[in-house]
Amino acid sequence: MAELMIDAKDVTRNFTISRGMFRGKQQLKAVNGVDLTVERGEVLALVGESGCGKTTLAKVLLGLLPQTSGTVELCGQPINDVPRLALARTIQPIFQDPYSSLNPRKTIGSIIALPMKVQGIADQDSMRRRVEETMDLVGLPPRLYDAFPNQLSGGQRQRVAIARALVNRPQIVVCDEPTSALDVSVQSQILNLLNDLRNELNLTYIIISHNLAVVEHIATRVAVMYLGRIVEIADTDTLFKDPQHPYTRALLDSVLTPDPNMGIPNNQLGASYPNPIDPPTGCSFHPRCVNAMPHCATVAPNGKADGGHYVECHLYDDAS
Amino acid sequence: MSDRVLHVENLTVDIPLATGILHAVDGVNLHVDRGETLCIVGESGCGKSLTSLALMDLLPTKATRKIEKLELGGESILGYSEREMSDVRGNKMGMIFQEPMTSLNPAFTIGNQMIETLRRHRNLSNDAASELAKRMLEKVGITAAGQRLGQYPHQLSGGLRQRVMIAMTLLCEPELIIADEPTTALDVTIQAQILLLLKELQSEFDMGLVLITHDLGVVARIATRVAVMYAGQIVEEGTAKQIFENPLHPYTRGLMRCIPVPGKTKRGTPLGSIPGMVPSLIGDFTGCRFADRCELARDVCRQSDVPLRDPNGKVQAYRCIHSIEMLAKGGVA
Repeated sequence: MAELMIDAKDVTRNFTISRGMFRGKQQLKAVNGVDLTVERGEVLALVGESGCGKTTLAKVLLGLLPQTSGTVELCGQPINDVPRLALARTIQPIFQDPYSSLNPRKTIGSIIALPMKVQGIADQDSMRRRVEETMDLVGLPPRLYDAFPNQLSGGQRQRVAIARALVNRPQIVVCDEPTSALDVSVQSQILNLLNDLRNELNLTYIIISHNLAVVEHIATRVAVMYLGRIVEIADTDTLFKDPQHPYTRALLDSVLTPDPNMGIPNNQLGASYPNPIDPPTGCSFHPRCVNAMPHCATVAPNGKADGGHYVECHLYDDAS
Repeated sequence: MSDRVLHVENLTVDIPLATGILHAVDGVNLHVDRGETLCIVGESGCGKSLTSLALMDLLPTKATRKIEKLELGGESILGYSEREMSDVRGNKMGMIFQEPMTSLNPAFTIGNQMIETLRRHRNLSNDAASELAKRMLEKVGITAAGQRLGQYPHQLSGGLRQRVMIAMTLLCEPELIIADEPTTALDVTIQAQILLLLKELQSEFDMGLVLITHDLGVVARIATRVAVMYAGQIVEEGTAKQIFENPLHPYTRGLMRCIPVPGKTKRGTPLGSIPGMVPSLIGDFTGCRFADRCELARDVCRQSDVPLRDPNGKVQAYRCIHSIEMLAKGGVA
């Protein structure tokens, strides 16, 4: 049995929203009871529309936001008990926009070295060596050591962000939309790089993306999120060949593959994404669902797991 | 009346910089017929957005536009004054921009902004304009249109805002719509809905559509014709089928190999990529602009400019010295 890197149980994260002076406060359930496990070497993709809680979940897993309830275990240890520096050595983020995630006034060398300084490595020579090694690993020429971010192209900047995340050799990397700010020709280079690094360093990835073609290419397992819950999770082949949840199907239908013989799909989703402060009763997807049944509006579905394929929908619910 | 909605010949945009003149757009020819969708595709910095701004005469003040011919609906709008141009924009020529949040005025209601357009171009009374605005919102699939007119942009979701933008563009029934990355800021599910809506409305109103995007998936699904831009020039032009099934120019072929396609590219195998970077367009440039990144580059490529040519007369033109046979054999591995 593979080693469990992340084991999250019933994780909930609420935000308190003020609705104005006299109207009191309200809870927004950004992540609402998520169970998730990630094994070593896996590439888990989190997909869903904006506002479904992908980024909040990633922040909880990174230890950047404490969960409201539930438990998260990182390599067998509760995440809230792991000291900050040890946590940073284990799990690292890569953000979407390499234009805003790099300090414009620091050189590339010092940007990549910063995580080591934070960890208390003081020896200048070994630090420089490690930075150069890591730059080589991500395909940055050593002459850029003293360059500033504005001298770099978008792809090179994203390589710097990857180098910064990897310099302390973490085991898990959380990539939040790693390629969506990049051009297609650069996107393919970064995807290839992420794949090579995974094989070379035995990394585990959690990838957040709305580009399902990218997800299909790089992920081994996919979790589909809707309004703070994981509504379907399966390995990539199964999910793309046999999507069960109506939302997953609509999402896959919306993918525009570059095929000039096909028209624009009609995903029948109709109404727009519901307001997360005031989620629908019962199954939260029912107002947009083509297969909605009367009891979907009142009863929340129980999840059904078939091997590694988990789906949360009344269509597959034995009890109803 | 001819079916040609837009005809552009030899469009050039230059931007003076401290280090020299940036030739952002260089000799672009375009034409769009009624009911046709022309997609301009390319990576950031290739000049596709500046091309669209130049068509509408909305370039930044520093940039200079040179153009030989600019006809809208068979009529030359080249010498139009600023005032005459504002009669054209929003009336005969509609625009949809990428960010629906920034292109709607946050200080006015949706209704205000839609009615203003109608009163400016159509000289309608307030009541008639608001009635027409309401009908147009219903047409783009917005429910409770009457109430929406009283709402401000921040009260609407991204998808709804883009629908409002489209409704606003359609108010004066333009002959041509120029859409610059209309779905890039939206979720995939909403993107599919908006594109479907655009396509339906386009055939209903029989308009010409110029769609600017970097997303090859969108292009394949919506385009009648495709123009691929690289470094300020059109490097290949043809029907969607030609471009996607039989791309010729090494850059187009490279782009096609970069995108993962579910079911076609095998997981874990490396994707194709285009080595090198886009050349600087500051100062004079001779020769093929793609030569430094091209595996088929010869010395002649760098010696003189390569024209856009269509040797077979099959409406698929490309800017490369090599023969179709040579390129089709995939000289680029």
